[in-house]
Amino acid sequence: MSELSETIKDVIENEPVALFMKGTPELVMCGNSDRALQALRRAGAPVTAVDILPDPAIRAELSSLSGWPTIPQVFVHGELIGGADIVEELEASGELEAKLEESLGPGYREGRAERTVGVLLSQ
Amino acid sequence: MEQLESLMREAFPDAAELSVVDRTGTGDHFHVTVASGRFEGLSLVEQHRLVYDALAEPLRDGTIHELRITTRGA
Repeated sequence: MSELSETIKDVIENEPVALFMKGTPELVMCGNSDRALQALRRAGAPVTAVDILPDPAIRAELSSLSGWPTIPQVFVHGELIGGADIVEELEASGELEAKLEESLGPGYREGRAERTVGVLLSQ
Repeated sequence: MEQLESLMREAFPDAAELSVVDRTGTGDHFHVTVASGRFEGLSLVEQHRLVYDALAEPLRDGTIHELRITTRGA
């Protein structure tokens, strides 16, 4: 496994909520990435964002790890939750909050923070 | 768009509802809605995977630039 692939895997498995997106939460570059981010914010999720745009290899490695062809991709403790459509749907039905509570604990909204991490060596 | 519809029809011959909408009129941003018995008992991730599988070729060759998916059990 390549170093990039290892780093992506590490983010997926170790971050409570990982959002692989086009752009960053401060500068979103795609409508669907924004839909996923907004749904996660409404649910009060702590978001660790990874911008896939700096290198096409990020998206290629991510999709080969997850088997999911499109961006964004949301993971909770290593589990693929879905793309923008699913995350919106789960947020609207309350299932996203239930999932976060079950996976992160009932106090997951406290100290909620948003951060962006890089997966390339040069970042 | 007809190509996507026929791929979807092939993958979901039992579909009670099936539509492919060109969201932007540019032939590359689509919204696929499908209701099928194949989705019964599957998670949303598994349901969407079936749609991605059906549309693997146009996703790979760039025909589909953006895809929204709505799935329902039949």
